[in-house]
Amino acid sequence: MKTEKSEKRRDTIVAIVLLMLLLIVMTIIDSVLPSYHIVIKVIKKAAVYSLVAVSMNLLNGFTGLFSLGQAGFMLLGAYAYAILSIPVDKRPGVYQYFDGGIVQFSFPEFFAGFLGDTVGTTVGILVALLIGGLLAALVAYLIGLPVLRLKSDYLAIATLGFAEILRAFFQWKNLGPLTNGSNLLKSYPDFENATSYIILIGIFIAVIVLLVNSTYGRAFKAIRDDEVAAEAMGINLAKHKRMAFVISSFFAGIGGGMLAMYMGTLQALSFKSTMTYEILLVVVIGGIGSITGSVITSFLYIASLEWLLRGLDSGKFLGISAPGIFKNGFRMAVVSVIIMVIVLFFRKGIMGDKEFSVSGIINFFKKRKLRKKTAAAGGDGGNE
Amino acid sequence: MQALIPYIINGISAGGQYALIAIGYTLVYGILRLINFAHGDVFMVAGLVMVYATTSMPLYLSIPLVLIVTVVLGFSIERVAYKPLRSAPRMSLMISAIGVSYLIQNLAFYLTGGLAQPVTKPIPWISDMITIFGASTKRVTVVTPVLTLLLVVVLVYLIKKTKIGMGMRAAAKDFETAQLMGVKINSVISFTFVVGSFLAAVGAILYFTNYPSVGITSGSLPGLRAFVAAVFGGIGSIPGAVVGAFIIGLCEELIKGLGYSTFSDAFTFALLIIVLCVKPTGIFGEKVTDKV
Amino acid sequence: MKKIIALALALIMVFALCACGESAVPAASSAPQGETAAPAEGANPVVKIGVFEPQTGDNGAGGKQEILGMQYANYVQPTVEIGGQTYDVQLEIVDNRTTAENGPSAAAELVNRDVSVVLGSYGSGVSMAGGQVFSEAGVPAIGVTCTNPQVTSDCDVYYRICFLDPFQGTVLANYAYKVLGVEKAYTLAMLGSDYDQGLIYYFSEAFKALGGEVVSEDFPEATANFVSYINNAKSAGAGVIFAPVSTNYAQLIIEAASAQGFEGELLGSDTWDNNMVVESAKGKDVSIKITTFYQEGGNPEFDAGIKAWMNENADAMTNNGGNDMVSAVTAMGYDAYFVALEALKAAGSTDPAAVLAALPGVSYEGVSGLIEFDEIGDAKRDQAYIKTANTEEGVWEFVTVQGVD
Repeated sequence: MKTEKSEKRRDTIVAIVLLMLLLIVMTIIDSVLPSYHIVIKVIKKAAVYSLVAVSMNLLNGFTGLFSLGQAGFMLLGAYAYAILSIPVDKRPGVYQYFDGGIVQFSFPEFFAGFLGDTVGTTVGILVALLIGGLLAALVAYLIGLPVLRLKSDYLAIATLGFAEILRAFFQWKNLGPLTNGSNLLKSYPDFENATSYIILIGIFIAVIVLLVNSTYGRAFKAIRDDEVAAEAMGINLAKHKRMAFVISSFFAGIGGGMLAMYMGTLQALSFKSTMTYEILLVVVIGGIGSITGSVITSFLYIASLEWLLRGLDSGKFLGISAPGIFKNGFRMAVVSVIIMVIVLFFRKGIMGDKEFSVSGIINFFKKRKLRKKTAAAGGDGGNE
Repeated sequence: MQALIPYIINGISAGGQYALIAIGYTLVYGILRLINFAHGDVFMVAGLVMVYATTSMPLYLSIPLVLIVTVVLGFSIERVAYKPLRSAPRMSLMISAIGVSYLIQNLAFYLTGGLAQPVTKPIPWISDMITIFGASTKRVTVVTPVLTLLLVVVLVYLIKKTKIGMGMRAAAKDFETAQLMGVKINSVISFTFVVGSFLAAVGAILYFTNYPSVGITSGSLPGLRAFVAAVFGGIGSIPGAVVGAFIIGLCEELIKGLGYSTFSDAFTFALLIIVLCVKPTGIFGEKVTDKV
Repeated sequence: MKKIIALALALIMVFALCACGESAVPAASSAPQGETAAPAEGANPVVKIGVFEPQTGDNGAGGKQEILGMQYANYVQPTVEIGGQTYDVQLEIVDNRTTAENGPSAAAELVNRDVSVVLGSYGSGVSMAGGQVFSEAGVPAIGVTCTNPQVTSDCDVYYRICFLDPFQGTVLANYAYKVLGVEKAYTLAMLGSDYDQGLIYYFSEAFKALGGEVVSEDFPEATANFVSYINNAKSAGAGVIFAPVSTNYAQLIIEAASAQGFEGELLGSDTWDNNMVVESAKGKDVSIKITTFYQEGGNPEFDAGIKAWMNENADAMTNNGGNDMVSAVTAMGYDAYFVALEALKAAGSTDPAAVLAALPGVSYEGVSGLIEFDEIGDAKRDQAYIKTANTEEGVWEFVTVQGVD
C-alpha cells in the first residue's frame, strides 16, 4: 500500500518535471525556428489533433458511446471562433458577396480596446474559443436528447448524419451574411508560436484527465463496461451519457476553433466525415481508452503524414529511388495499410487502455527481468 | 402533373439502384450486426472495373468480369477484415469496416491516379434514349426498377427455399444458437457477402450507365443513402430495404424538383434520425430483443 | 510478447521516419524521367522552384495536369542563367491535398526545402491558406489558376498569371446575353465550393445588370444524378445552364443534359477545359461553350512538344487522364514555370526576397498570352478564349476572343 502511494507521488513529480522540460524545449524550438517552419506547423496541428482525439476518446473509449459526429462539433467551434474574431475592418473583404456580413464585432478587438494589444487579443481569442466550445456543447445537448437513446451503431450513423446536416446548413446561401455560405472565412488572429498551442491544449487535456479520474470518470467507465450493471449500481445512465457527450463536444468545439486558427482559412468543406474517420483511426491506433496513446499517435500521425512520409509520394524514400512505385497517392495507401494492420493484429493499439507513466516503464522492465530470471531458473524457454 | 413525370421516373430509377445496394447492407447487418461501411466502396470498385473492362474487351467478357471481381472483393474483405474479429466487440468490427473503406479509396486513388474515370463505352441498348409519357430518358431508367424487382424475387426465393438460405435466416435470428445447431456459420456469412457484392455489382453497372463517371468517392454517397433506405425499411428485411430505397429515391428527386436541393442530403439524414428515434425497427423490421 | 513486438515496430517506424525525414529534403522530384532531363551537368548549382499543388483530394486531377505543364517546361528548359551563373532548376513538388486544412503544412514543407519561388495552387482556398505561410517566410508565390480576388489582394507575396472571377463571370454573362441572346439563365454550383459560388455571384450580378434573369441552385457534394436539375432548368425556361463546376460534375451534367434533351447552351468556366469533359460530350446532342485561358492550337510548337513528351511518358499520360489532349491548366503551368525563370533572371539571385522584388517587373510572352502584373499582383488580362465542344470528334474548338464588353 505504502509503496503504491509513494510510486504515485513519484509519478506525479516525474510527470511535472517532464512537462516543465517539454515547455522549456518548446520555448527553445519557438525561439530558434521561424513561425513558418514545418516543425512548428506540425507541432501546432498535432497538438490540435491530440485535443480532438482525446475528446473523442472520452466518448468512444471511456464511456463506450460510439459517436461519429466529431467533425460536426468541430465545425461549430471553428465557425464560432472565426465569426467572432475577424477584425471589423477586414469583414467587407471576407464577406465580399454579403456586404460585410451581419456580425460587426470582434472579441479580440473589443478586449484589445481596454486591455492593450497583446493581452486583449489573447483574451479575446480565448473568449471566442470558449464560446465556440459552449456552442458545440449546447448543440450536443440538443442533439443528445433524441440520439443518445440509440444503441451503438445506430448512434454512430445518427451522429454522422447530424454532422452532415450541420455542414449543409453552414453552407446554405441564405445564412451567408453570418457564415459566408460556401466561401472562405479568414483574416482572424492566430497564435504565432507553437508554445501557446501546447500550453492551451495541455490545460484542456489536463482538465479531461482530471475528469476521467473523478467520480464521473469512474461512472463513465462503468457504463462502458456494462450498462446494465452500471444502472444497477445506481448510476443515472441518461445523465452520465449526456454529460460525456456534451463535455466531449465542448472540447471538440474548442479543438475545431484551434484547427481553424491553425488553418488560417476556414471552409465548411473541410469538416467532412473523412475527418471524423481520420480522428477515429488516430484514437484506435493510440488505444481506445488511453489519453496518452491518443496524444502520442496524433503527433506520430501528423508528423509522418504531413512531413516525414512525403518522400513516398515523390519518388524517393529512405534513399530508395523508385519513381514507378513511389508516385503520388502511395503515401496514403501505405498509411491506410498500416492502419488496417493495427486494427486487425494489434487491436489494442499502441497503449491499449493504459497510460504512459514512468513507473509503468520501470515495472515493465522489472517484470521482464523477473521473467527472464524465472525462465533461466526453470530451465525451459519463456513461452508467453 | 405532366411536369412531375420526369422527376417521378428519375426517382423510381434512383430507388432501384439504391435498392440493389441496400440489400447488401441489410443482409450483412441482419447476420453480423455490422454496418458494412466498405460496401459503398465495393460498389465504386465495380464501377471502375466496368470502365476498364468495357473499353478493353467485348461485352460478353466484360460484364461477367465485373461481377466476378466484385464478388471476389466482397468475399475477401469479409475473410481478411471481418472474420478475424468475430469474437471482438462490435465497435472493433465497425472500425475495421471504416478502415477497409479508407484503404479501398486510397488504393483506388493510387491505381487510377485520382481522376474521375468517364464511362466511354457505355453498354449498348440500355443506354439508348427513349421517350415515356412525353419525358425523354435513357432506357436504363426503366430497366433498373424492373431488373431490381426480378433480382429481389430470385433472392427471396433463394432465402426461403434453399438450405443456405435457411442457414442465413437462422444466423440472422440467433448467431450462437445457429452455430450450435450445426449451421456452417462461416460459409453462410461468406455467401451473404457474395450475394451482397453481386447485387452491388449489378447496381454499379446500371448506376454508372446512367451517371457515367466513376470517381474514388462515387460509392460513399449512394452507399450512405442505401444504408438509410435499409434502416428506413427495417434493417434485416429485404422487402423493407427495397421499399425504403424506392421511397428515398422518390423523395430525393421530388425535393430537388421543389427547389430545396441544398437540403436533399440533409433530408435523407433527417429522415434516418427520425426513423431511428421514433421506430428503430423501420417499416418492416422485426422486433429485436436485446441480447445481454 | 505482443506488446514488445508492437513497441519494437513503433520504434522502428520512428527511426525509419526520422531517417527519411532527412533524406526527404534533398529528394529530387523533377520530371518523371529526371534521368534524361538532367544529364551530366552535375557541376551546376541548383535552384529550387516549389510546386504547391493538390495531387490528392477533389482537385487532385486538375492539380496533376497543372504539374504536367511545369514538368514539361522543366524538361524543355532545365537550366536558368542567374547573375552570370548557370543553375539547374529542380522542381520540389508538394501535395497540398486540396483542402485548406493541409495547406499550411504543405507550404511550410516547401519553405523548409529552401525554394526560391513557389508555383500554384490550382484552387483558391488552399492558396490562401498557404499564402499566409509564404508571406511569413517572404517567399514569393505565383498562382496559376486560382481565380478568387482575395488570393492576391490579401497577401503581399502572392502573384498570379490567370484572370480573376469577376472578369470571367462578367465575360460569360456578356457572352450569354449579347452573343447567345439569352434572357434567362440557370446557374448550378456545388454546395461548399467557393470557386463555383464566387463565379456565379459575379455572373449573376453582370447578367442581371444587363437586364437578364437568373435562377440559382446548389447541389450537394458527390451528387451524380443531375437529371432533376436539368428538368428544373427546363421548367424555368432557361436558355443557358451556367455550371462552373469541377470536371467530374461537368461530365455528369453534360450526360444529364443530353439525356433530358435540354435545348439551350451549357456554359462552363475554365475548369471545363479538360479533355475528360470534352470526351464525355462526344456523340451527344449538346451545345457547350466555355471560357478558358488557352486554346489548343494557339501555339502549335508547344502543343506538338508536350504531346510528344506525354506519349513517351506513361506516368504523364496517366496523370493527363489517358490521352494527350492539352488542358488549359497544363498550358498555364507551363507559363508559370517560365514566369518564375524570368523572375529569377531579373532578380539575379536565388534569394526569395530578391525574386519577390523582381516579380512585379516581369513581362513574359507565354503560350497563353502576354503576362504582366498590376499593382495588386494580378495578371493584366482583358480577354478570355471562348471554346465550344465539337461533339462529333470530341475536341474543343476555338470560337472567339471575348472581353468584358
